[in-house]
Amino acid sequence: MSEHESTYVPKTGVEKWLDTRLPIIRFGADYMSLPTPRNLNYWWTFGGILALCLMTQIVTGIVLAMHYTPHVDLAFASVERIMRDVNGGWLIRYVHANGASMFFIAVYLHMLRGLYYGSYKAPREMIWIIGCVIFFLMIATAFLGYVLPWGQMSFWGAEVITNLIGAIPVIGEPILIWLRGGPAIDNATLNRFFSLHYLLPFAILGCVVLHLWALHSAGQNNPVGILIPADRSKKDMLPFHPYFTLKDGFAIILFLLLFAIFVFYQPNALGHADNYIPANPLQTPAHIVPEWYMLPFYAILRAIPDKFGGVVAMFSAIGVLFVLPWLDTSKVRSMRYRPTMRTFFFIFLVVGVGLGWCGGQLPDAPVIPGLGGVVLLDGNLNSYLWLTRLFTAYYFLFFLVILPFVGLKETPLPIPATISEPVLTGADAMPAFAPASPEKKG
Amino acid sequence: MTVKTNASMSRLIASAAVAFGLLAAAPALAAGGAAHPRSGGFSFEGPFGVYDQGQLQRGYKVYQEVCAACHSMNLMHYRNLGDRHGPFWNPKYPNPNDNPVVKALAKEVQVPDIDSETGEPIQRDATPADKFRSPYPNATAAAAGNGGAAPPDLSVMAKARHDGANYIYSLLSGYRAAPAGLTIREGQHYNPYMAGDLTPFWTGDKHHVPEGGFIAMPPPLRNGQVTYDDGSPQTVDQYAKDVAAFIAWTSEPKMVERKQAGFGVIIFLLIFAGLTYASYRRVWKGVAH
Repeated sequence: MSEHESTYVPKTGVEKWLDTRLPIIRFGADYMSLPTPRNLNYWWTFGGILALCLMTQIVTGIVLAMHYTPHVDLAFASVERIMRDVNGGWLIRYVHANGASMFFIAVYLHMLRGLYYGSYKAPREMIWIIGCVIFFLMIATAFLGYVLPWGQMSFWGAEVITNLIGAIPVIGEPILIWLRGGPAIDNATLNRFFSLHYLLPFAILGCVVLHLWALHSAGQNNPVGILIPADRSKKDMLPFHPYFTLKDGFAIILFLLLFAIFVFYQPNALGHADNYIPANPLQTPAHIVPEWYMLPFYAILRAIPDKFGGVVAMFSAIGVLFVLPWLDTSKVRSMRYRPTMRTFFFIFLVVGVGLGWCGGQLPDAPVIPGLGGVVLLDGNLNSYLWLTRLFTAYYFLFFLVILPFVGLKETPLPIPATISEPVLTGADAMPAFAPASPEKKG
Repeated sequence: MTVKTNASMSRLIASAAVAFGLLAAAPALAAGGAAHPRSGGFSFEGPFGVYDQGQLQRGYKVYQEVCAACHSMNLMHYRNLGDRHGPFWNPKYPNPNDNPVVKALAKEVQVPDIDSETGEPIQRDATPADKFRSPYPNATAAAAGNGGAAPPDLSVMAKARHDGANYIYSLLSGYRAAPAGLTIREGQHYNPYMAGDLTPFWTGDKHHVPEGGFIAMPPPLRNGQVTYDDGSPQTVDQYAKDVAAFIAWTSEPKMVERKQAGFGVIIFLLIFAGLTYASYRRVWKGVAH
């Protein structure tokens, strides 16, 4: 797959000169002609979308950093100054702020696609693990960035999250002070958060290079989930350009439409109004909630009555993703051929969204208002506390029990031997005008 | 066939899940216990809504004559009043510092400064380049003058509350007598639109705790308090609407530019999407996948 024959022929003298010294044009040309599984559907377009998201965040972020002041007395006003007095500043800042949400929408869909089609299984474990590293770095970067405007949610979010580190026995307290740069969240904290918020995206960029390297080494997965034998590759593959540049391009434009609707018409809908109140260390907001993309993990944190236990559960929820390739015992990659597992996958999807919902509610609030309910241990069964616990239990059961167990017990549907087989009706040969299957039309 | 049906189902469910996830973020932001704000019927709502310049001028007058006695607007400069889409925007003066109305409005205000010759603190006429004058020299003085709690800065107030403009309008015009059974704390006032939980102060039916909360600010507006010269009704309701619109503008002064740019961007992307899709169909024509 990656070792496809290079078809690039340097034409001019400059190209020939460069090709023997730094074959960078060859690299680009080979990338464009890369054989790509012909059956990739629109769920495979999120890789390109994510690359766009990362570049958007880096470019807008660098411009914002030119105008931002990382000081507790000036940060809030400097962000508003960007919105008012910097040319196009409102656009740059709203693209950056909403870009974070868009980035997470895309990354969650990208990960769910990997989960559904078994993209993490051999020989693609490294692609998945590097992806998990990127996801973790994204969460860290987003959290650090949310602190920078120094609004109420910035400050109190930083307070809650850094306090979690303090829950670690013995070493927690010294680490907490080291992380904050003092006993409390103050100017030192803001300065280092700004510095790290500028650094981490480049760590993400480095990981993206590794992610792509691993991808091109192991080859792309595809909706059928089979490895493509070398002798079949002509029939099963299409060159990346123009086939997938256009397909990805179309998906990217649709994604940009959604992005534009938020930036231009609902720029503050995904944020919290309290973050337009300047940070006040003496006044706790009524309801501290993280950004929407953190809510599922925040819900897991709050589901555990013990603080340190909650921290462990929250980090385990991300950590378990790293060992996913070894938790899934099934040889079949695509859940298309695993009807039992597919059902559990869709329950997982509902549970994931449910956890996000619960993370935004008060734990004591009733799930069904007006219904009494029964008190069990520390909370009413008809409360978000217990609903969150139910969802949290499923989240971990899915990875630690269902995936290993179902993989051993289930009977998968027959798997086609080649990609062409389900694509082309009947004969092995490729008819010129075979109808494309309806499900893959845009 | 089954596989295909399931796959399209999965697509549907996944799309629904994403949409649901986005919606899920919204209710988390709602404040609890307060009455839902009434609609001010503002001109700037919706994708094509723009500010009503007359309303912004009236709103500035209300702010200046009433609110500015206690509330600062530290992010605003007098020059902003003459910005495009602002209350005193005049196309003849693309640089608002040259706008005579803005100059005159600034000149009405005295701001503190340092005498450049002697270094002594002085008061001088404001210029368009000056920030709106703060009613108090510092936050401590503001708190001391208001029973311990400094009146909040109003620059971005419409963004700092859920459904900001309607909230400000409802709050300012929504004061009413406290229901019988509610114990009012010293220096506090009942307002149904204020966030809070009145349960501890309520002696009536536990299942019918009144909506709203306590606010330190006494009802700030009276009928006829501010004189309008454009014939608009001089009522609390109208004052509240106008000043809410003014604060919506100070919170989001680039809103009109934003919506106008957005319209062009969306049209461009739609055309671009159509062209790309057509190219995609053409390139893939006859290619089974």
